[in-house]
Amino acid sequence: MDNLIEIRWHGRGGQGAKTASLLLADAAFNTGKYIQGFPEYGPERMGAPITAYNRISNTPITIHSNIYEPDYVVVVDDTLLESVNVAAGLKETGAIVINTTKDNEYLKNVLKDYKGEIYKIDARKISIEALGKYFPNTPMLAAIVKVSKIMTEEEFLNDMIGSFKHKFAKKPEVIDGNMKALQMALEQVEKVN
Amino acid sequence: MGIRERLSGNEAVATAMKQINPDVVAAFPITPSTEIPQYFSTFVSNGQVDTNFVAVESEHSAMSACIGSESAGARTMTATSANGLSLMWEMIYIASSLRLPIVMSLVNRAVSGPLNIHNDHSDAMGARDSGWIQLFSENNQEAYDNTIMANRIAEHKDVLLPLMVCQDGFITSHSIENIELIEDDKVKEFVGKYTPEHYLLDSENPMAVGPLDLQAYLFEHKAQQAIAMKNAKKVILEVAEEFEKMTGRKYGLFEEYKLEDAEYVIVCMNSTAGTAKAAADELRANGVKAGVLKVRVFRPFPGEEIAKALSKAKAVAVLDKADSLNGQGGALYEDVVSGMYNEKLTIPTINYVYGIGGRDTTVNDIKSVYSDLEKLESKPENPYRYLGLRGDK
Repeated sequence: MDNLIEIRWHGRGGQGAKTASLLLADAAFNTGKYIQGFPEYGPERMGAPITAYNRISNTPITIHSNIYEPDYVVVVDDTLLESVNVAAGLKETGAIVINTTKDNEYLKNVLKDYKGEIYKIDARKISIEALGKYFPNTPMLAAIVKVSKIMTEEEFLNDMIGSFKHKFAKKPEVIDGNMKALQMALEQVEKVN
Repeated sequence: MGIRERLSGNEAVATAMKQINPDVVAAFPITPSTEIPQYFSTFVSNGQVDTNFVAVESEHSAMSACIGSESAGARTMTATSANGLSLMWEMIYIASSLRLPIVMSLVNRAVSGPLNIHNDHSDAMGARDSGWIQLFSENNQEAYDNTIMANRIAEHKDVLLPLMVCQDGFITSHSIENIELIEDDKVKEFVGKYTPEHYLLDSENPMAVGPLDLQAYLFEHKAQQAIAMKNAKKVILEVAEEFEKMTGRKYGLFEEYKLEDAEYVIVCMNSTAGTAKAAADELRANGVKAGVLKVRVFRPFPGEEIAKALSKAKAVAVLDKADSLNGQGGALYEDVVSGMYNEKLTIPTINYVYGIGGRDTTVNDIKSVYSDLEKLESKPENPYRYLGLRGDK
């Protein structure tokens, strides 16, 4: 399984990190991959730190354990940076993607033990502008696709419009906003180091 | 040829139940199996099945309703986990002794206490002597396939025993993975119509169900249950053969993964088998002859067949995801070594209790077991060990 990509999501209960991991699994599945998308269930409550995982591969995946040495980490809430070791085990050939408005110096300092690439994105601004509400998982999904290159942007957008049409069959008015959020995120994800 | 999908283990079982379209489903929700009756009741509401869904007030009532409907002649299914199965306790023995082929999805979880909602096999192991057939599933695909095969096995006239399909709570029940589904019409044809020989609502042939059964008869009835359990082995293989013709997916009493030339073998069940396969692959790349024997059919227990499959190994480790707390060893270990003893097999064999209460089991954990096996002496000291326990072992 040389082609195996492992991703760990850090968020807080209620922010949709689990949903984002399932959406990423869906998108990768639709491009022909073998996938796993699973949350680590703890005491579920709003605001508590939660972790979710993805494995994506060109060959069947048999491992059933959590991920301790991910290729990529996505941080949906930057208040976790100082309370959770989000870069634990993260491969230096990989990258971490953070939803934040903090400046680059702060991010480099708080992640000073991590030697790989750091990316940031203001998912709140994008979400408010595109959707009028704070749903960070949609922009974060686009950001990790862009950084990890799991699929091309074109494949991703084509697949997501299909997913949104299915998911929001009863609320078609939100499809355009979600697609806009994805496009903005693909453009605005920024390398920190 | 099949439908490429991605589903969680719970979605996979609910989908199988939708395709089977049983006459009755009676269930009470409990984590982590809750989604199964939840999805299934949606299928009922949407008219996708014509099942009579009985929303009961407890698991004791769920199993009681299953017993009532199956006795009446209706194909009946349910789902539960851990303490839900505990509350069914009285009724699961009645279901099997009345020879009612009820099919249960058991999403394995630690039995309290202290309270824990995560995976281990203490629920299934508690029911191992209750007269239910027990099939274990590595992933969503196997949970689905085992469910499709379940009614055929349980309802066979040489068997007539209830059956539980086990899968690991959260680890597979809540993980979205690729799966190949079977077309609805093919499932319908495979499962077939349920035509019980004896049933309560057969007014032409009145019968009694569950009368007093004292010294003069109970022993013989229990012996008949034991014969049915032995018969199940053959039926399980026949159904698997037919299933393979339909899907190309081969099932036996257990799976032998790289066993032909394996020197060091791990025996385990459910999702850990997949992790063990990945560990065996890594070790084989370094020249270690590692293999995995994944038990699919735990009841009836294929002791003789397993012993034969292990006969060429240098050392064996049996992994139990439940501790029998008996000072001797886990349930799977004891069954495996008694099968080996009957076959006069004296390979050094050790037991690890692991993964209790959802403790994660990684590829590295499994590799440490293989590493222990390479060093194992002919008469291992302390064969009853822990894997992944913090502190002193």
